[in-house]
Amino acid sequence: MSAVQEALPAVRSSRDATVRRFALTDAIFHATTRAAAILVLVLLGGVAISLFAGSWQALSTFGFSFLTSESWNPVTEKFGALAPIYGTVITSAIAILIAVPLGIGIAIFLTELCPRPLRRPIGMAVELLAGIPSIIYGIWGLFVLAPFLQTTVQPLIISMFHGIPGLNGLFAGPPYGIGLLTSAMILAIMILPFITSITKDVFDTVPSVLKESAYGIGCTTWEVTRRVVIPYTRIGIMGGVMLALGRALGETMAVTFVIGNAHRISTSLFAPATTISATIANEFTEAVGDLYTSSLVALGLILFVITFLILAIARYMLMRIDARTGA
Amino acid sequence: MSTAASLHQSRKRKNGVMMMLCVVAAGIGLAWLALILGALLYKGLAGVSLSVFTEMTPPPGDAGGLLNAIYGSIVMTIIGIIVGTPIGVLAGTYMAEYGRFSKLTTVVRFINDILLSAPSIIIGLFVYELMVRPMGHFSAIAGAVALAILVIPVVVRTTEDMLNLVPNALREAGTAIGAPRWVVIRSVAYRAALSGIVTGILLAIARISGETAPLLFTALNNQFWSSNLNAPMASLPVTIFQFALSPYEEWQQLAWTGALIITLTVLALSIFARSLTGRREDK
Repeated sequence: MSAVQEALPAVRSSRDATVRRFALTDAIFHATTRAAAILVLVLLGGVAISLFAGSWQALSTFGFSFLTSESWNPVTEKFGALAPIYGTVITSAIAILIAVPLGIGIAIFLTELCPRPLRRPIGMAVELLAGIPSIIYGIWGLFVLAPFLQTTVQPLIISMFHGIPGLNGLFAGPPYGIGLLTSAMILAIMILPFITSITKDVFDTVPSVLKESAYGIGCTTWEVTRRVVIPYTRIGIMGGVMLALGRALGETMAVTFVIGNAHRISTSLFAPATTISATIANEFTEAVGDLYTSSLVALGLILFVITFLILAIARYMLMRIDARTGA
Repeated sequence: MSTAASLHQSRKRKNGVMMMLCVVAAGIGLAWLALILGALLYKGLAGVSLSVFTEMTPPPGDAGGLLNAIYGSIVMTIIGIIVGTPIGVLAGTYMAEYGRFSKLTTVVRFINDILLSAPSIIIGLFVYELMVRPMGHFSAIAGAVALAILVIPVVVRTTEDMLNLVPNALREAGTAIGAPRWVVIRSVAYRAALSGIVTGILLAIARISGETAPLLFTALNNQFWSSNLNAPMASLPVTIFQFALSPYEEWQQLAWTGALIITLTVLALSIFARSLTGRREDK
């Protein structure tokens, strides 16, 4: 008994030491993981600050006219972002117009029509489209799609719309194969998997009771989709579309191959143009002079701000859908 | 009665048309994938030979291979993964284990999702301002850092998701035998979420091995063999970019072959990654 009592303080102190050690190592691990999480925030902040610092020279030289000027002349060092902004917006908008109906169609096919054993393979095949690196789309667009459009599709469209006022300006000029429309088509393929998989996911959140009751009063599959599923998932679909738009706006390599890199604004969709990211990719390593480089970084800043806003809205919408299903 | 019947007919017809269009949409999606993979195989396979893997990138008009580009891609991908993965896993751990309901986690999740889909060329510009400009020259290490920044959001996202799937009862069991929190995380949570975390890393490798834009003005390119991390280094995607846009037929052929190599690697990685988690879900 007395021996145990004598040993007790030693046991206690060794236990206390172990507990202290545990507490210390745990605190270190906790702090390390927390620092890593904060680093993610620092990264985004760092991107914003460095882009702003890098573009300061261009922004202070040109001021607001940087956004409104179309000239892009390395020789006289006059730079304006209007043509790349125009190209970025137009190609992304057309890509969305092509990809959204297709993506929603595929999602309806996968959730309503597709035989069950085929769902996984077909869904995975569409998602593989998202995994293909963008440079592959570029090389395919340049060597396969563009020549096909140039020799077959574009001459046909040009002659078709030749006499129609309004539309003949939209589809005018020599058929280069490359240009705004080709870029938009490539972008559409690239963002299709995002729209499809997000639409499919939000379609799955529709309670089956809702669909069953619509079927119960005799609705057709299309009517159920149109009147029940799509209204119920509207925010989620919008989120998916915005996410895809964010991707399309920032896509670089695929567009660089097929846009044609011409700093001008043309009404024709067949005309070569440029986008913000294509301009940076093409000219950055060749840019001589600080003002030229700074102007390219300023283009990057504009792209960053636009995509940040679009992606933030997209994430917000998708979070709202998540919150609803989580509750 | 007849109007009801005709209304029924027209609704049925409309349904048929719309459903047909959905099938067509799926067909277009699959056809596009087939067209791209078909063209890659057709044009790329023609140039596959041993010399692609044993010789350096050639000057215009000469025969050669892609050895230095493949080597550069592997080196920068490995460094990118080694730098990016621990940061991503730790951040994901914080979000799922220590700060699951904290405000910081919500903010980090939001910002991380934005980083996940931010244009990669922006990351390239960031690293240019951060490293290339102060150092005064392009370098492989700058390229690797740019790739690491692309790795982080992918790994953060999958790590958090996978740790969130680990049942709390497992953690409670670990805590009940007196293990401190970080031992529970290490030996219980990580072990249970391992295949999911590995999936995230594989997806990250798949993503960065095809990235071109962030390498254009960080690692630049190099026509010669270089193992110096402080000097410009070739990479497969940048070489493809340069060769595909060149007027030389040999270069274009090499670009197609390189494109085939990258695509097969990336698709194999992502299919393997999906099969890892797919099996989990089936259980």
